Amino acid sequence: MNIFVLLKQTFDTEEHVRIESGVIADDDVKFVINPYDEYAVEEAVQIKDDLGGKVTIVSIGPDRSEEALRTALAMGADEAVLIDPEDYQLDEHSYSKILHAYLKDQSVDLIIGGFFSVDQGSGQVAIRLAHLLDIPHVSAITELNVEEGKATAKRDAEGDTETVQVALPALFTAQQGLNEPRYPSLPGIMKAKKKPLQRLMLDELGIDEISGKTVSTEITSPPSRKAGEILQGEVEEQVEQLIAKLKEDKVLNT
Amino acid sequence: MNFDLTKEQKMIQEMVSKFAEKEIAPQAEHIDKTGEFPYDTFMKMGELGLLGIPFPEQYGGSGGDTVSYAIAVEEIGKACGSTGLSYAAAVSLGAAPIYYFGTEEQKQKYLIPLASGKALGSFGLTEPNAGSDAGGTKTSAVLEGDHYVINGEKTYITNAEFAKQVIVTAVTGKNDKGKKIISAIIVPTGISGFKITSNYDKLGVRGSNTSELVFDNVKVPKENLLGDPIKGFNQFLYTLDGGRISIAALALGIAQAAYEAALQYAKERTQFGTSISKFQAIQFKLADMAMELELARNMIYKVAWLKDNERPFSKEASIAKLYASEVSSRITNQAIQIHGGYGYMREYKVERYLRDAKLTEIGEGTSEIQRHIIAKKIGL
Ligand SMILES: Cc1cc2nc3c(=O)[nH]c(=O)nc-3n(C[C@H](O)[C@H](O)[C@H](O)COP(=O)(O)OP(=O)(O)OC[C@H]3O[C@@H](n4cnc5c(N)ncnc54)[C@H](O)[C@@H]3O)c2cc1C
Repeated sequence: MNIFVLLKQTFDTEEHVRIESGVIADDDVKFVINPYDEYAVEEAVQIKDDLGGKVTIVSIGPDRSEEALRTALAMGADEAVLIDPEDYQLDEHSYSKILHAYLKDQSVDLIIGGFFSVDQGSGQVAIRLAHLLDIPHVSAITELNVEEGKATAKRDAEGDTETVQVALPALFTAQQGLNEPRYPSLPGIMKAKKKPLQRLMLDELGIDEISGKTVSTEITSPPSRKAGEILQGEVEEQVEQLIAKLKEDKVLNT
Repeated sequence: MNFDLTKEQKMIQEMVSKFAEKEIAPQAEHIDKTGEFPYDTFMKMGELGLLGIPFPEQYGGSGGDTVSYAIAVEEIGKACGSTGLSYAAAVSLGAAPIYYFGTEEQKQKYLIPLASGKALGSFGLTEPNAGSDAGGTKTSAVLEGDHYVINGEKTYITNAEFAKQVIVTAVTGKNDKGKKIISAIIVPTGISGFKITSNYDKLGVRGSNTSELVFDNVKVPKENLLGDPIKGFNQFLYTLDGGRISIAALALGIAQAAYEAALQYAKERTQFGTSISKFQAIQFKLADMAMELELARNMIYKVAWLKDNERPFSKEASIAKLYASEVSSRITNQAIQIHGGYGYMREYKVERYLRDAKLTEIGEGTSEIQRHIIAKKIGL
């Protein structure tokens, strides 16, 4: 089973996002494996442990992404590929094209990604890639069973669970609940140091030039919310206070 | 000069911090209240390779370094001081002496289960009348044929009740000048005449097991002698030097937790119509804490680095242990102060930090003894 995992390094979800001169400041920030991609890594390693094969982690990102890749290797993946986005302004369209440029030449049985990345949150890259590779995909899966030549997945469908069967090769995106990602063990961490990590430039993938279909023009913080107010006293008093306030703020008409 | 952690050290920090937050921190309050030893947590830590960080793979270890180990103690201590102390004692006192001074056979038999996390170890030096003055050891081990016969007692021994064996220091004879020879002997628990009880009611680190040992004609084969029969005393001084790094890291972890709690609370608490974090008196406390933490951490990393690079580190270990434990008591105390009355209540956790931190000024050599060692090292 040749399994590829699409992985992105993202801000730790507990990090406070700061915007400095129009861009998101990433100095002094803690980075982690995108939490949904962590489920993807765990699932891939479990499938490999059951059925044999190889797990390759693929990421497009800056140098610091190596840390996330090494963590995935420490969890049990076998190899990693880090593609340098150079100085291009990329979007979901161009990311999926780069991944396609790499994966079209690989022998693929299974591709697993995260449902979406917690930073951009578009949830598009993986399924666009499935389209480019012309393979089926199932998104937001909570269970995956792989057999000879086919796979059955359960997915979240508006509160219900849908069961989908697809022929391999296929692409899946992981939703929370798919599994409980393991902690990379100490021996795993020490072994990860020696596992192969290939760095690729875009021209090595036959890409001379690339641009997105969309351009990000401005990034702003959400307006800060005013602190709430807790009303005191008996219920009736509180109701009166509330009505007075609502009138004051012109939510209620007098 | 390079102040960066390596990729592996960072990954270990990340993993231990996550593990400690999810698996250790949630039980910290319970084990502090009940004094229950978190044995299952130790088995989980064993599976992740945490009990074997500084030992090579051939002995069941993870092949990490002292810096990584210190980082792990800090992260675990930050989540729970009790678990942190028992962890530090299991690795630095229970397992390390076997790695440094054991025969190949002893390593195979005793180190592998400890380093691979299948069992816990313990180290018994302190006696009712021999604490700081280890030379005052009275427990005796008399060679009779091919066995040592041990008699005596030990107090305040961490992990002994849950340990597979205890490394026990005992007087094995006298040298030419009539001075006591003190050696270390590996004594398996559960053998005839070896009684372990854990009835201490402690101020802090209440979830860490602390035991009293009584030896009544305990017979162990003479191969259980650990290390050099004559130089045993110096060997366990080396053990204690290494152990001090871990107690310093434990002190740092507890202090870091107290600082983070105080910083957050200061921002949330309002008095006189403003956040108390706007008062210079509170800001200066937090600034001092940040400074002390930074200094303690730098010193701990430095001494761990010295040890990893096989340089002398005895003076630096004492400096790190002395400084980190004293600032830990100060920081945890000030954290309560910043919390006011709330800090005095169990619910806000910071009172536990102070009770746990105090131990680090006593265990593995009191602050006075650390100053004594530093004074000697600077030629006094
Ligand atoms: C929770 C806990 C866990 C422990 N775990 C272990 C363990 O696993 N193994 C083990 O062997 N021991 C352990 N100990 C024992 C610990 O190492 C001793 O308590 C410590 O070394 C101090 O010895 P003491 O209690 O006899 O105090 P004492 O030595 O009697 O000291 C009393 C006071 O006198 C001071 N003092 C003593 N000598 C001098 C001097 N020369 N100059 C100036 N001041 C001096 C001390 O600093 C202290 O302030 C543990 C203790 C505790 C509380």
